[in-house]
Amino acid sequence: MRLNKIILSFVSALVILFSTSVASFAKVVGDKIILGAAISLTGKYSSNGVHTQNGYNMAVDRINSMGGVKVGGKTYKFDIIYYDDESNPKRAAQLAERLISQDGVEFMLGPYSSGLTKAIAPVTEKYGVPMVEANGASRSLFTKGYKYLFAVLAPANLYLDVAIETAVELNGGKPVRIAQAFEQDAFSQDVRLGILDAAERTGSKIIIDDKLPKELNDMAATLVKVKQMKPDVLVVSGHTKGALTAIRQIAEMKVDVPMLAMTHCDAAKLSKQHGKNSQYALCASQWHKSLTYKDDFFKDGMTYAADFEKEFGYDPPYQSAESSAALLVFKDAFERANSFDQKKVRDALAATNMQTFYGNIKFAPGGQNVDKPMVLFQVMCDASGKCENKVVAPLKWASAKLIHPIPKWSER
Amino acid sequence: MDFLVFQYPMITLQACLDGILLGVLFALIAYGMALQWGVMNIINIAQGDLVILGGYIAYFMYLYGIHPAWGVIVAPVIMYFVGIAIYKLVINKVVDRDLFISILATFGISILFMQLMNFAFGADVVLANSGYGTTMLFDNNVVLPNSKIFSAFISIVFAICLVIYMKKSKLGRAIRATAQNARAAKILGVDTEKVYAATFGINAALCGVAGALISITFTIHPYMGLPYTIRSFMIVIVAGLGNLPGVAMSGMGLGVFEEFADYILGTEFRIGSVFLLLVLILVYRRFKLSRKREYLK
Repeated sequence: MRLNKIILSFVSALVILFSTSVASFAKVVGDKIILGAAISLTGKYSSNGVHTQNGYNMAVDRINSMGGVKVGGKTYKFDIIYYDDESNPKRAAQLAERLISQDGVEFMLGPYSSGLTKAIAPVTEKYGVPMVEANGASRSLFTKGYKYLFAVLAPANLYLDVAIETAVELNGGKPVRIAQAFEQDAFSQDVRLGILDAAERTGSKIIIDDKLPKELNDMAATLVKVKQMKPDVLVVSGHTKGALTAIRQIAEMKVDVPMLAMTHCDAAKLSKQHGKNSQYALCASQWHKSLTYKDDFFKDGMTYAADFEKEFGYDPPYQSAESSAALLVFKDAFERANSFDQKKVRDALAATNMQTFYGNIKFAPGGQNVDKPMVLFQVMCDASGKCENKVVAPLKWASAKLIHPIPKWSER
Repeated sequence: MDFLVFQYPMITLQACLDGILLGVLFALIAYGMALQWGVMNIINIAQGDLVILGGYIAYFMYLYGIHPAWGVIVAPVIMYFVGIAIYKLVINKVVDRDLFISILATFGISILFMQLMNFAFGADVVLANSGYGTTMLFDNNVVLPNSKIFSAFISIVFAICLVIYMKKSKLGRAIRATAQNARAAKILGVDTEKVYAATFGINAALCGVAGALISITFTIHPYMGLPYTIRSFMIVIVAGLGNLPGVAMSGMGLGVFEEFADYILGTEFRIGSVFLLLVLILVYRRFKLSRKREYLK
């Protein structure tokens, strides 16, 4: 009995000690600004999680080596505490809670994917912790009235509506017939909403509207319908699996469609995995290295890509570029706020209006970036079978002319 | 609801053929499951993960410039030993315990395999290109990817070989004897331990073949195993244990059912309809069983 009491008092002493010492863990320790991030380092999002982490790390190193962040006449350096959220939303929310209430982090960077950002946002909102995220594009993130959430990327509903508008334009301004197949997850369904909006705007008609299951492996049925109904545009979004499955089966079933628009082509490494079969696919992307945006830290997209490759050994996907941009936004906001007060930093973030190598950044009241259009690139292959992604829209950055309509399989 | 499928006979034909080609592949996986379920009374939740592992073997061959079709030979050999290893490490400890223990154990193996594959091979979706082209029938109205035809053909070849092996070889006879009555087989000198290990190995090898075929026809990803486990479970439930023609028929039936569900209800109900069918069949079986019991009374 006595022993129990001793243990109990020992444990409570520990708890008290721990809870008081937590307060001394502040977000700014010495000359370091400590940011927190829960990222998918294992689990199904781990590849993109690593791209995100590499993007963050690249920017931290660059900003620190180029003079750091100047606040109140003093120079600070960035540091990030990472936790692995195992690609699991529940775990991500727990970790956000832990970062804030145990580690004392007062500023957060976003995780990878809309789903995980959705899990974390209520937590950061509850504690009033400003979060700049770079990988959650779902529209529903920006309609909840979150005050502390800022996304450097364009929302998901804008991913492919450019494609529909381009198709209408190429059709002489006349409405087009659209076939679409979307996975049933938050992101793809948002892309679908964007297409529905664009269809309504242009008076286009949706003739096939399929939903793909998460376990998607086979979309032959959709493609047979496409073959019979002959739409003008086929839109597919189902993450990397959707992109790979679609290209494989379109090639195998020789489905002829004048325009094929999709998402996640670069994440799926379409041109590498499918070679010439992926030719002419139109892909939505947040960023491409050939864009001409500039900043002081990374100069421009081409330089960023070269530096990134030198450090990590691969060409940066847009997930890395947007993650790097998130740090630039934080730096800018800290300096303008000239304070580490969360409210002031939040207000400074809301007033952001800047250009980075990744694109212009200006936040709408909902938190999404409204100043950066999506780009569309098309997979183009040369005679030797080497394929490359070339930007075709918007016209300002186009490095190649859109090939439309896609040549028939019998003529390739 | 979309009844396009019934208005155009060509689409109906296409759906049937797609379904049959898909179903044959399912049947191969299900046959492995039925075999070890029948012999060892173990429901292997990790079945789908073994399939995916087989797929990765073919994929890596493809990466190193070997045609992935050779995976059909290599994957089963490697997977046979993987199967034996799993048996020696885990399954032999649960083999004569109740079904629940074995489900838990294989569920654990499944999670472990998923995470290990994710760790070793990365979370990217990958595939192996066979470059087999396409067969067009009826004035290009029905298209059949040759890779699907190839997988169906290989599945049938392996199934036939296995049936002959089970009938003629010594090990095959020992396996069948153990399935009928393990104790009696043991008394008569069959080394049941060895039979169990071989059975699990053969099951893993079949999964390896199926996986290699899936990497050629579809895509693979560390977390994609479960749907294959579910489908094979379902096929075995419908066909019953130790009933190979039944497994083949119910496999193809399920394939066709899935395709039609896809056309009529939409792709989103594809997997759902499989579950619904499973429930209906279980209810029906129970109903039939209860009538039988009454009759016995």
